[in-house]
Amino acid sequence: MVQSDLLHDYRVHREPYYHPQGDEIELFLAAYNRRLPVMVKGPTGCGKSRFVEYMAWKLGKPLLTVACNEDMTAADLVGRWLLDADGTRWQDGMLTLAARHGGICYLDEIVEARQDSAVVIHPLTDHRRQLPLDKKGELVHAHPDFQLVISYNPGYQSVMKDLKQSTKQRFTAFRFDYPSADVEAEILVRETGIDPDLAPRLIELAQSARRLKGHGLDEGISTRLLVYAASLMADGVTAARACRMALVDPLTDDDDIRATLEHAIDALFP
Amino acid sequence: MPCSPDSPRTPSERPDIESRTEDWRQRLDCAFDPVQSIFADCLTAAREQLGWAALAAYIDTARLLCKLGRGAEPVLAFLEGWPTVCQRLGPGSLDTVLSWVRNIQRTPNGDVLGAFFQALPATAASLGSRELLATYLDLLMEVAQQSSTSIHRRHAILPSRALPELIRIAPQLLKQVNLQGLREWARQGLRQHAKNPERQADYFAMRSADSRALFQSQRQGTLLRAHERQLDFYLRALWDDPVALISYSEAFDELRRPQPYADANGLHLPDLRVDRDGVSGLDQYRLTLAHLAAHRRFTQSLAADNVSPFQRVSIECLEDARIDTLVLQRFPGLRKPLLALHPRPEEEACNPARESCIRHRMTMLSRAILDPGHGYRDPVTRKFADLFHECLARDLSDTASMAELAKEYLVASRRPSDAFAHVYFIDTEVPYRDDNRHLWHFNDLDDESEQDMAAAPPANAPVSLVHHYPEWDYVSQSYLTDWVSLYEHLHPRGRAEDIEQLLHKHAGLVKRLEHILAQLTPQDRERLRRQEDGSELDLDWAVRSWLDQRCRRDPDTRINQSFRQVRRDLAVSLLLDLSASLGDPVQGSRSAQSVLSLAQEAVALLAWAIDRLGDPFAIAGFHSNTRHEARYWHIKGFSEAWREEPRARLAALEAAYSTRMGVALRHAGHYLSGQKKEKRLLLILTDGQPADIDVSDPDYLIADARQAVLELERDGILCHCISLDPHADNYVQKIFGKRFSIIDRVERLPERLPEIFLTLTA
Repeated sequence: MVQSDLLHDYRVHREPYYHPQGDEIELFLAAYNRRLPVMVKGPTGCGKSRFVEYMAWKLGKPLLTVACNEDMTAADLVGRWLLDADGTRWQDGMLTLAARHGGICYLDEIVEARQDSAVVIHPLTDHRRQLPLDKKGELVHAHPDFQLVISYNPGYQSVMKDLKQSTKQRFTAFRFDYPSADVEAEILVRETGIDPDLAPRLIELAQSARRLKGHGLDEGISTRLLVYAASLMADGVTAARACRMALVDPLTDDDDIRATLEHAIDALFP
Repeated sequence: MPCSPDSPRTPSERPDIESRTEDWRQRLDCAFDPVQSIFADCLTAAREQLGWAALAAYIDTARLLCKLGRGAEPVLAFLEGWPTVCQRLGPGSLDTVLSWVRNIQRTPNGDVLGAFFQALPATAASLGSRELLATYLDLLMEVAQQSSTSIHRRHAILPSRALPELIRIAPQLLKQVNLQGLREWARQGLRQHAKNPERQADYFAMRSADSRALFQSQRQGTLLRAHERQLDFYLRALWDDPVALISYSEAFDELRRPQPYADANGLHLPDLRVDRDGVSGLDQYRLTLAHLAAHRRFTQSLAADNVSPFQRVSIECLEDARIDTLVLQRFPGLRKPLLALHPRPEEEACNPARESCIRHRMTMLSRAILDPGHGYRDPVTRKFADLFHECLARDLSDTASMAELAKEYLVASRRPSDAFAHVYFIDTEVPYRDDNRHLWHFNDLDDESEQDMAAAPPANAPVSLVHHYPEWDYVSQSYLTDWVSLYEHLHPRGRAEDIEQLLHKHAGLVKRLEHILAQLTPQDRERLRRQEDGSELDLDWAVRSWLDQRCRRDPDTRINQSFRQVRRDLAVSLLLDLSASLGDPVQGSRSAQSVLSLAQEAVALLAWAIDRLGDPFAIAGFHSNTRHEARYWHIKGFSEAWREEPRARLAALEAAYSTRMGVALRHAGHYLSGQKKEKRLLLILTDGQPADIDVSDPDYLIADARQAVLELERDGILCHCISLDPHADNYVQKIFGKRFSIIDRVERLPERLPEIFLTLTA
């Protein structure tokens, strides 16, 4: 009971909406049964984080999310000494917190973290399931409920932005992509309440942009952006303006691509 | 505008016509037989159009032309053509023309008068106003002066060969460009071929490719070339069908007026589209592409063998209408431009008693299918439009079902007059549609055409090693599009050991450089102390703060430390001038070493130094032999390590040809801009000013190089020139501004080059 109090804020209390694309829910449950570390890959905004959130809700476990970035250091994950009235005090990092008290630790966009920081997760991901806090001189043994989940986007064509093989090979993996057109349309309608006749047009537009990936676009229009556009449209913003604001302008500064997408908007939403 | 139709005419001025004609003939006083024989007819025609005063001036001018001694040709052309011109531009234009005639008569170019008056009516029709005519005549005068062969630049001795060509072709050209465009084009021609009258004549007669290209750039409208990338995106994004786009020109094909078409090579589109019916040129291109892409997706080809020409017209029409309907189903927003471009023939416009109405009927049907508000009353048209929609609704939508429907329609609407030779054409051309050549295959022919649509080649054609670059023309302040052809090669290899030996030779210098390099090489991690928020506790400061707190003093909260990665974020491209002068021995030096071999030593040292620093760098050489042959030699690429191969290439350098700097800068910049680095540096090592054998104006290539440097700076690339020409200050400064170093004593190049680089990047 003590643990659940500590991590109470991290619990997912309401069921998040998640539309399965395949059998990923059963597979995740199977992986959790064995406490296997999980990696979720896929383009940006295709529902990776939503999936993890949904699974945390389904398993009834707290979810501790760390958005990784370049300035993140191992200390942010593990913990650090702080100063207080009585001298120094140790504060657990997110990873330690999850390992100590039994939660799902979700490292979002792990490739954004520097490789040396990412290495601290290694001892937690194999049979040892322990986390040495060398600065504190403590060895944390992971709680039986603890699981590690990471996500990343393999689309970045950068050598710098990749996981080390030694890190990759500690995880089971789910490969996500944008949902199929029907599923995506259903998601838009469920999430935003947009007119079901307009949703397929939005998806046609998104698919147009996704075809330009690698030809001037680094990423196509994500499901997340589609949800933004659809919610604007559901609130009465005209299609052309909503699409421009939510789908075109965030995506690119290339004039030719923008002109093409704007033409597609005009052609799809007369 | 009729010429003074209401000018006062007293009855005495026009007694019976016969005697007046004789009076006019006397006033003309011209003995040429051909003139005499047509005079009466011309006069009758002119009387219809000209008032008395204008008529008198007309006859007087003809008399003047007769006395000029240029034969009967100008008189005849004038007598025949002038009344029309006068009608259009007003009688005042005669003075403008006359003063020009007097001027040109004084030059050796007087013989163009015949051609001039021959072309005048058409030219005047294109120009449309007296003011423009005056400007046009000025242009002719300018061309005459600048293209006549003269001595001492004053006394023209030989007639211009360009002028008659220009006069002949001007009416045709003025239909496509305005007068200003024509003038720009003419001036470019005069400048490009300043000393070569024959080339000038070719240019003005549109016989040379340059002439066409330059003319193209003066035309108004949306150029395909300018939007090719966008249209590629369009095909890929909206149709998932990336095919090559190929342009053809409508400018030089007046009779045939080609339509867009698709074949095995790709989609062929006109090179230029002018806005029409409120639809921009770009949208017209998109509509054509949508139509073609939908054909590629939805059309199945038919056997043409047993289909009559009428059946073909009819099938093509219905299939086009089906394709357009499918396009509109998918992209309803295209309805507006599509209907704006689709002609809407008047129902009663074509008279079936006199002409063949087949095209008219078919276009009406197509309109009726696409436009619910067509308003046609013809029952057959209405019936078949409904049948068409039923057919589509029943999901019987394929080319074969359209062919059936088309044949039925033809039977239902057939008229005897359909076979008339005179076909009604007005308002029956749908500008965004193609010629449907892909729709038909011929069983009894070679299967060549059958492959067309199906066997379209994959879009990613092999990357060509020829590049075309523009050049900046400072006189007209514009780019000459695709002016220089640049060939890109991997440099042949020599012996890598030679380069090793060079390094040994400069062992002392290497040691000194190593010392500098050690200071420059970045320390990987730098400790940042006394941070409020850091990755680790800095114990020294933590203890101090803690003590402060214990002693009731304000503690310093900055007790953390963190580490920062320090990197040089720099990419370098080194460009070597390999022009012939590099092969010369170093002046004032006793050894017979050439500048080139010194440059090799210097580059070897520099490459060694950059390699030690770990910055990505590329080396390339360039030279040129006219604008048709600029060469770019790869010596080392960014991704290559500084090992044996690039060293071997460096060892094999040879000097030849001239220095066309702008194009080399642009190409090196093209590769450099692909490097995602914070700083990008382009070093160019040269021994003289830009020059090439096809350029006589020394400022031209300097201005172009300057322009190239500005372009690169705009893209975030810094250019730095290292010149071996002690007298370079003047032009190097013009090109590179302050970014240059001059090495006065060439022997010192090997030590100076790495030093310059290190100071630039330290």
